[in-house]
Amino acid sequence: MTGWLTRTATGVVSTIVEALEELRIHRGRVLLSLIGVAVAVCALTTVVGAGAIAEQAGREMSERFGGRPATVSMNVGTGSGATDNEAVAAAWQTTLDRHGIDYASRSGYGTLTVQFVDGAVPVAMQVVDPDYGVMHRVRVMEGAWFTDGDGDRLAPALIVNEAFWERIGSPSLATHPTVELVGNGQVTGVITGVTPAQSEWETEPAAFILTDSFLPLQPETADPMMGAYAPSYEMWVPDGSADELTESVKRAFESELGDGATVDGWRSDYAAQEGDPFLPIKLMIVGVAVVILLLGALGLLTIALVTVRGRIREIGIRRSFGATAGRVFFSVLMETVVGTFVAGVVGVGAAIALVRSPLMGMALGGAEVQDMPGFPVEAALIGIGAAVAVGALAGLLPALGAVRVKVIDAIRF
Amino acid sequence: MTLVEARGVGRTVELPDGRPLTILSGVDLTVSEGDRVSIVGRSGSGKSTLLNLLGLLDAPTEGELAFLGHDVRRIGSGARDRLRGSEVGFVFQQFNLLPGRTALENVQTPLLYSGGREFWRRERIARDMLERVGLGERLTTKPERLSGGEQQRVAIARALVRKPRLILADEPTGALDLETGAEVMALIEAVAAETGAALVTITHDPTIAARSNRHFLLRDGRLESADAAGDVQSDGNANVADADADIDAQVEAVA
Repeated sequence: MTGWLTRTATGVVSTIVEALEELRIHRGRVLLSLIGVAVAVCALTTVVGAGAIAEQAGREMSERFGGRPATVSMNVGTGSGATDNEAVAAAWQTTLDRHGIDYASRSGYGTLTVQFVDGAVPVAMQVVDPDYGVMHRVRVMEGAWFTDGDGDRLAPALIVNEAFWERIGSPSLATHPTVELVGNGQVTGVITGVTPAQSEWETEPAAFILTDSFLPLQPETADPMMGAYAPSYEMWVPDGSADELTESVKRAFESELGDGATVDGWRSDYAAQEGDPFLPIKLMIVGVAVVILLLGALGLLTIALVTVRGRIREIGIRRSFGATAGRVFFSVLMETVVGTFVAGVVGVGAAIALVRSPLMGMALGGAEVQDMPGFPVEAALIGIGAAVAVGALAGLLPALGAVRVKVIDAIRF
Repeated sequence: MTLVEARGVGRTVELPDGRPLTILSGVDLTVSEGDRVSIVGRSGSGKSTLLNLLGLLDAPTEGELAFLGHDVRRIGSGARDRLRGSEVGFVFQQFNLLPGRTALENVQTPLLYSGGREFWRRERIARDMLERVGLGERLTTKPERLSGGEQQRVAIARALVRKPRLILADEPTGALDLETGAEVMALIEAVAAETGAALVTITHDPTIAARSNRHFLLRDGRLESADAAGDVQSDGNANVADADADIDAQVEAVA
């Protein structure tokens, strides 16, 4: 048994040694043939790695609107039950406490008039609770997102968008810039954060304000039928138990609100959509990668076939000195496999450098990504694995050809 | 000990038009350890085919051929390759060194196919062998930078590095001048004598053939002893010269 193991180990090592020697001797040719594979692997790995960043960017973009998985939104139809926002908020809080839900936020829209230097302008306000920032991955470019204590401020805290901030002269937040808010009375708001523009078309001022700060300010003229503040109630729950929790919370919320109250609940995050919303991107990435790899394999196969033809005499000589057909087969196969493995490592290294470069990050929207994914290990493994697979496939035909060489003819070749 | 024993061995190949062509027929030959055998014959007489059969590179289509007592037709392909690697050393007319490799790497090549210690100690063994053939100073030189005689010495070192029991030399001096040829033959014989290996030489050169103690003539695919029955001369020169003259006469007749 030990003897067999030793012989096998020696056989494997000697085959690899022979392959490495062949690679060294034919390094010029090998280098040329492997450049194609290295570039293909680099492209493949870059596409997969960059795809992960692009996917994360897309995911985070979706999460900014719909919330992280699983975000459940609820709308309240109060009927004959609790009618005012405070009563509904109390019922909501009780329901959340009973279910042990840590992240929840009311989310609604309202309008407050803001006194700018060039006049008073109605500004769209997104009315939320502090947890909304985490639940929707709200990015803040200056200052910080709301904290729980912000609700107790006498001067309401505002997190304004870039257009708002520029309109007041982009002041340093360290100076606690303020604006006059006109609603049900007039109060001074303090700007505590600035969010970057979501797109170049976001030119109108807008701001986030905490629900507890907004409710006392909302104009009393609001007609329930004419767009009065009517928030949705959002909670962030574990993905696996979202459906179950939705039902349970809905029933409990209705019960808290009293007779006649109705609650609608649905998942608003992207993951609730039917199928994988990123599937088209993924398929496109895989398609491109496969085409790239096939081209690399084709180039390698051509060169390997030509090379074996040019080495028939050498193969014959080796056979005359005791190389078995199997040994020649694995030796030729191993040459391409070892070569493509090295090319794969080089390609993956280049891809990592490329994907992690700031330029690529910007191009993929990586600058907007909060949780920048590390270079995906699976991309590196796929790259090297694909390189080895290509080497094995491209080496198969030449290896079979090498085995079919007749020793006598080969020596005379 | 008998290394190779051929009884009525023949080799027939099929021509492209489907007709059979008999290259060898009814060959009887026994080669034992320490033998010095020379085979002469015209081009196309089947010398190389016979050498390929003796070296397990080819199999006969008729007759019986035994290598170390084993019928070669019963030995599997892989086992035959391994047997060839360990027991047979080839020296070719055109040296057949692997281009791009140094002398040392060329001599190491057969050791890549041997298991165990020989593989792990291949560099040392190859170095010793090259020193033995007088090329200790040219270890890292590539074949294209060596003279013909030096190239053949590398080829000899490579053929003998695994200490084969049978050395098959196909026109080993064919590409060398007379003096270098004689030196190379002396070297092969000396190294073979050290290990007790048998040496079978195919040659056109009567003086090279005369160095053997058994002489054969291959004519029209048939092997004939050039050591006349019951009249085997101690040096063999006369018979080999006769055989060569016989070939020349036939060549002239054909012309």
